[in-house]
Amino acid sequence: METKKPMTAKSTEEREEVTILFAGDSGDGIQLTGNQFTNTTALHGNDISTFPNFPAEIRAPQGTLAGVSGFQLHFGGVPIYTPGDSCDVLVVMNAAALKANLPKLKQRGTIIANRSGFDKKSLKLAGYPDDAAPLKAESLTSRYRLFEMDVTRMTRETLADSGMGTKERDRSKNMFVLGFIYWMYSRNLDFTIKFLEEKFARKPAIVAANVKVLKAGYHFGETSETFTTRYEVKAAPMPEGVYRNVMGNQATAMGLIAAAKKANLKLFYGSYPITPASDILHTLSKHKNFGVRTFQAEDEIAAVCSAIGASFGGALGATASSGPGIALKAEAIGLATILELPLLIVNVQRGGPSTGLPTKTEQADLFQAMYGRNGEAPLPVVAARSPYDAFEAVFEAARISIEHMIPVFFMSDGYIANGAEPWQFPKAADLPAIQTHFATPGARENPYLPYQRDERLVREWAIPGMENLQHRIGGLEKEDLTGNVSYDPENHEKMVRIREEKVERIAHFIPDLEIDNGPEEGDVLVLGWGSTYGAIKTAVVQLLEENKGVAHAHLRYLNPFPKNLEQVMRRYKTVLIPEMNRGQLLPILRGKYLIDAKGLNKVKGVPFTAAEIKAEVKRLIAS
Amino acid sequence: MEKTVKRTGKNYASDQDIRWCPGCGDYSILKQTQSVMAEIGLKKEEVVFVSGIGCSSRFPYYMDTYGIHSIHGRAPAVASGLKATRPELSVWLITGDGDALSIGGNHFAHLLRRNFDLNVLLFNNEIYGLTKGQYSPTSPINKITKSSPVGSLDHPFNPLAFAMGAEATFVARAMDRDPKHLREILLRTHQHKGTSLLEIYQNCPVFNDHAFEAFTEKTSKQNSTIFVQHGKPLTFGANQEKGIRLDGLRPQAVDLSADYTISDLWIHDETDRTKADLLVRMFDDPRSEGALPRPFGVLYAGERSTYEVEMNAQIERAIALEGEGDLDALFAGKSTWKIG
Ligand code: SF4
Repeated sequence: METKKPMTAKSTEEREEVTILFAGDSGDGIQLTGNQFTNTTALHGNDISTFPNFPAEIRAPQGTLAGVSGFQLHFGGVPIYTPGDSCDVLVVMNAAALKANLPKLKQRGTIIANRSGFDKKSLKLAGYPDDAAPLKAESLTSRYRLFEMDVTRMTRETLADSGMGTKERDRSKNMFVLGFIYWMYSRNLDFTIKFLEEKFARKPAIVAANVKVLKAGYHFGETSETFTTRYEVKAAPMPEGVYRNVMGNQATAMGLIAAAKKANLKLFYGSYPITPASDILHTLSKHKNFGVRTFQAEDEIAAVCSAIGASFGGALGATASSGPGIALKAEAIGLATILELPLLIVNVQRGGPSTGLPTKTEQADLFQAMYGRNGEAPLPVVAARSPYDAFEAVFEAARISIEHMIPVFFMSDGYIANGAEPWQFPKAADLPAIQTHFATPGARENPYLPYQRDERLVREWAIPGMENLQHRIGGLEKEDLTGNVSYDPENHEKMVRIREEKVERIAHFIPDLEIDNGPEEGDVLVLGWGSTYGAIKTAVVQLLEENKGVAHAHLRYLNPFPKNLEQVMRRYKTVLIPEMNRGQLLPILRGKYLIDAKGLNKVKGVPFTAAEIKAEVKRLIAS
Repeated sequence: MEKTVKRTGKNYASDQDIRWCPGCGDYSILKQTQSVMAEIGLKKEEVVFVSGIGCSSRFPYYMDTYGIHSIHGRAPAVASGLKATRPELSVWLITGDGDALSIGGNHFAHLLRRNFDLNVLLFNNEIYGLTKGQYSPTSPINKITKSSPVGSLDHPFNPLAFAMGAEATFVARAMDRDPKHLREILLRTHQHKGTSLLEIYQNCPVFNDHAFEAFTEKTSKQNSTIFVQHGKPLTFGANQEKGIRLDGLRPQAVDLSADYTISDLWIHDETDRTKADLLVRMFDDPRSEGALPRPFGVLYAGERSTYEVEMNAQIERAIALEGEGDLDALFAGKSTWKIG
């Protein structure tokens, strides 16, 4: 395409950080648009954090509020920890998208609206009254900067001579918007063009159409007189190194593969489709050349049981689900607890109870991981704090599981799973080796004792095929040492205590808790776990700039806790624990350490904003 | 890998005391299984018994092999994960009527269609024994038990028809009271490549004595059982004087001394799926008027590739195409950028 000369002189302004929210109908290709902008922006060297927000229904009624899909991304030339509390730019493809998302736009923020998404029908579907004209409303025009453009019409015109039908042409609408935003933020189109060429390699006509519309959107920004300013966001001062962009579920899958490889084990992954965990299965099933065996089981119970079978045979058995699926797996997790075999249980948490909010995020399954089994069955729990951190955290969870012969919970959530951020990925050679604890087969004088333990209380892994080590294990209480079935009361109490103590001793094999940010002692310690990391980090960075005596520590290990946790907490006057639940870590810590920690709780299916955490810290300091 | 080592059945017994009730049919099955192991010459360390919950599921504890006594109904899933990662092992799944067909019905069906190469011994005693006597999914209708004092309402499962419906590749029936035949069919069960289902009628003298009397007692068994053999006509009776012929798709019992000769009879072809579907449907209540005899033996033995073979082939293909997985390449993904 020939580049037209700009008709007006355009200026470029610099911005430190920007938050854009793309919103439209779930059929508008919003997620793809967001992901493309994310990847291009990451390649540009910005730090970035994203938050996709999609409806639970695959094709919710078109044009309605229920069908609105959103993708929020926050990027900057400064460190970025969250997808942003509110947005600077709101791109809306229709009236419903505007109605659903306007409260997230900052004062004086920019609205880019697709005019044809505001016709009579769209307004009605979005639930506006008959005579409403939201884009003309004083309340909107006085508070925000509005740019209307007829994306639908311009896309159709761009493809007028393509020979495609209207419906087909309309599918490229999102490319027009993307091209325009690329212009607005001075990005180049190469990444997306390459992506389209690969994605539609067998359909050159589709590639050509999409590229044409993408460029048309870009040139529209350049030539239209409405837009006089474009923005530049400089590369962020990130540590030197090679980066990629990564989503939490991808990082989890890679962490599992890496752990199996570092332990020299086969990875077996038993799983049943469930939102938002399925992408782990999708990712793993693509990597069969690592010897990964993915097994889409008939249900959640079979998924975990097949993983237990694999672990019994000497592989690393792993399974993943979300809360409702974990509930179904509970009995089998109890079995793995008494068998004392490695097993990794990934919980990508979502809003509950029951089916709850499948596509929204929550941290309300901590109690389930800690206590959700019959009998006394404590297990280690490890949590990721951000998309890229899922790699290291799941690797740690697997290390504990293999080295200590114990099932381990790995906690992620919808926000981590689908969010993305740059990742300075490690070199494989730099990852620590994971030690397996296999028994030694061969001739022996005495019968084999499968439940004999070392000083960590860890038993050996004697697997089928090992000569002279035949033994039977099962869900009935085992006799100490022999593993034979035993109903002896003294033995039962002994075994319960051993299994508990075995978890406790893991504390000697995990790092101490460190202060992430802020003074080593002071007024308030904000203690988080899981995906609240970014919001707490941002809040504490800002509070420290305001000279407040506040610090941030983030727990990766939730059972057992780091040995120094109590000492750390006692160095501050107040401990604040923000959680996306009604308070779960809070009562655990209060009960265990008799410490008067305070909670900050939110259960709206959306993450905390940094502002919410900041406000609570300030309130605590003032009181 | 099944290498030959000279052993007797006793070699396969563990040192644990057996806790089944005296007279339980499980003893006979245990004995025949141990003896078959010795005959095949399986190495003890290469055999794994996987069970669910129930009287029969204690079986692994009595074998000096590897064993896992899992949870109720889930043995098929445990065995699937094991076989997927360790295809060379000889895996035996021990289950019961409640374990396989009630709480584990879903897993049982999926195990059969996937066709892992393992052996399933389904101990059918038509009762819940371990929980002390409730009707099971194979109990006949109107069964009086502790949980059905005026008779059960549930129409029973026909386990072998269930298996055929679930695309099983090997379907057989035997009984505890006929150890010689049981042993022969256990061998066949082991030899089949794929999921081999052997249903074993097992008497529970404590809670459901006489359940299979019609098939085991001298006075009735000749007329109520038929032992099928591949390539042989279906004959039964004290002197094999009766047979089964096919009247269209309807099996019909006929008297060979009267209008029919042996050449009129149904010749058993265990590889014929259609006929196997009819054979498993010969499931009349033996006490009912004009009941057809119940077939025992290998009713169906078809061929289909096993799950673990296909799973490993996919892995080998992936390695041939893309090379052994390289972690550094995996981490880097498709696009990276450099800072500094
Ligand atoms: S209850 Fe019945 S099935 Fe169970 S061990 Fe006793 S006799 Fe055997």
